[in-house]
Parts: sequence; C-alpha cells; structure tokens
Amino acid sequence: MTLFRTLRNGIIDENPTLRLVLGTCPTLAVTTAAINGVGMGLATTFVLICSNVLISLLRRIIPEKVRIPAYVVIIAGFVTVVQLLLEAYVPALHQALGLYIPLIVVNCIILGRAEAFASKNTVLYSAVDGLGMGLGFTLALIAMSSLREIVGAGTIFGVAIFGQNWHPMLMAALPPGGFLTYGLLIGLMNKLQLVKVNLKTHPAPALEEGGAQ
Amino acid sequence: MIGNILTAFITAVFIDNVVLARFLGICPFLGVSQSTKTAASMGAAVVFVMTLASAATWGIQQILDAFGLGYLQTLAFILVIAALVQFVELFIRKASDALYRALGVYLPLITTNCAVLGICIVNIQAKLGFVDSILNGAFAGAGFAVAIVLFSGIQIRMQESDIPEALKGFPSALIAASLVSLAFFGFQGMKL
Repeated sequence: MTLFRTLRNGIIDENPTLRLVLGTCPTLAVTTAAINGVGMGLATTFVLICSNVLISLLRRIIPEKVRIPAYVVIIAGFVTVVQLLLEAYVPALHQALGLYIPLIVVNCIILGRAEAFASKNTVLYSAVDGLGMGLGFTLALIAMSSLREIVGAGTIFGVAIFGQNWHPMLMAALPPGGFLTYGLLIGLMNKLQLVKVNLKTHPAPALEEGGAQ
Repeated sequence: MIGNILTAFITAVFIDNVVLARFLGICPFLGVSQSTKTAASMGAAVVFVMTLASAATWGIQQILDAFGLGYLQTLAFILVIAALVQFVELFIRKASDALYRALGVYLPLITTNCAVLGICIVNIQAKLGFVDSILNGAFAGAGFAVAIVLFSGIQIRMQESDIPEALKGFPSALIAASLVSLAFFGFQGMKL
C-alpha cells in the first residue's frame, strides 16, 4: 500500500467513526458544538500519531505477552501530555471537553490502530496511518457537531446563520439528538456505499437504453 | 441518610444515566445487547467492577495527592482498573465456577469500558468521600445495567423487523437508543 492509500484508508474506506463505528463515546458526547468537535478530533489525532510512532519504534522490543498493558501506558502518557497542554493554553476548550479528555485513553480507535497497524508496520507508515485515522475521526466529528449545532442552536462555530424567526430544535443538541444524528449519518454512509456497489454491478439503465438506440 | 442514598440511586439510574445521559460505555451497550441474558451478565459484571474500581481509585487518588502527583491520575487509574479486572477474574475463577461462567467472558472487555474510568474520574472531580464514591460507583453501574437490559429487549424486537438495508445494524440501534434516551430525558424534570 502506498502512503497515499494508507492516508485515504483512514479518512474514507475505513473511517473509524462512520464505517468501523469505533470511539462512539466521544463522538456522541462532545459533538454539541462544532468547535468542540474540532478540539476533540485534533486532540485525538495528536495522541494517535504519537502513540502509533512510538509503538512502531518499540514494536521489536515490547514482549508479545505484555503488549496491551505497554500500549495502554504509552497512550495514557500522551493523553496526559494533551490534557496538560490544553489546560495551559486553551482552558476554555479544556473546560468544554472536561471528562472526555482523560477518556481518550479508552478510545478504542487508538488501541485498535496500535494493535492492528503500528505493531506491524514501519514508523513512517504508522505515522501516516495515525494521521489518516485521526483526520477521518476529526472530519466525522466536525460533520456531526456542525449538524447538531446548526439544527440545535441555529449557529455554526458560534456564528448565527439563520434569521431571527428561526426556532432551533433544541433536541439535536441534547443526548437523544446525539444518538439520532449519529445513526442517520452512518445510515447515509451505508446508503452511499450501497449505491456505489449497485452502480458497479448494474450500470445505470439510462445508459443501456441509449446503447440500444 | 436512607433518603439521601435513595435520592442518589434514582439520580444515578434514571436522571443522570451513565449511558443515556453521559454517553459512557456506548460500545458494550450497542455490542453486547443482542440477548437479554448476556446483557444482564454484562450489567452485573459492570456493577461489580465499577464498585471495586471506585473504592480502589479513591485510595490511589489519596496517595497521588499526598505526593503531589495529581497529573499521573489518568495513567494510574487505567493501570489500576486493568490490574483490578485481571485480579477479579482470577478470584472469581477460584471462588465460584457458576459466577465465572456467567461473568467471565465479559470481564476483560470491561477494561476498555470507558464508563468505569469515567465514573472513577467523576467521583474524584466531585470530591466524594470514600463511602459516597463506592455508592456512586455501584449506582452508576446499576444505571448501566438497567439501560443495557432494557435496550436488549428492543434489539431483539428489531432483529425481526423489516428495516431498510442502509439502516441495518448500528444505525437502527442508534436511532432506537435515541428514543430510549428521549424517554429517560423525561426524568430530568424530577425534583429530588
């Protein structure tokens, strides 16, 4: 696989949030406003790249039997780094994400990539895989949080986009709206995939008619 | 005293449900709820581990605070929970064969259940005392158990329904979870 394919794999083909359905807790919990989605996505991307690189570097040194605890310690170390950095430089975001920053440790995307990719591939590929998966996660979070913010508050990144007569549907920003938006987004991705497969196996009928004439 | 405990129980199970309001432990909630029996076993295992983990992490936090090592919280907690789960698994295997068969498979999964780590951190952030931490852990676990058992009933009904191809599996489960969450949202107005 080329570097570009590795990158694309994380963003589209194996998008962790929308295709593999991993890391669901932060996806649902922090996506009430677009800015939180971006913050969470980038924090997770940082941890993913760093842990992938370090685990890839140590992949011949870490004994097979204790690899999972070793990975968890490495990941927890980088999460602590992110936690302290956010607290120092972006206190508002640290406040908004709150509990869900330490919970990046148990985000299954990170441990999943460590086990499935970084422990078997070279440093460069692992870094690119971390970047691709991180961006895929970030983009999914942005899509979800933008939708919820637009419907739930009528704003995007805090800027009002509708006139004064717009009544926001508060439910979208509340927990039930989180589940609903996520379900519909995955459904949409599945639908697109089905349409794509259908087009490949059955070419569009309009073209066949054109051919018959 | 009894009144306070009851209030805490109702708050943790219905109003501030760990799955439906706090979004913790969604993966097992969606993954293991295909049958009511496994859902109940998973729920019981979570109650068990969460109670023990709340007690253990409370002690760890006192040690970290005493040495000014508060920033090691995340690292220390996840290691303690992982070790605790292993220990509990060994203990149950020795102590009771029936219990091991009921809970055994689900125990390793709990290490990566963010609800356990989440509730331990919530306990510390809310500055709860030792007994309150244990109670909060047990009640939050009970909230998880109630949610997963309720939801397993819905999942079983959905397996026999005619669902559009694109919505099969996770999307329909999430939409159903949204409705359950909406129902639980009604409890938010309760004044305790």
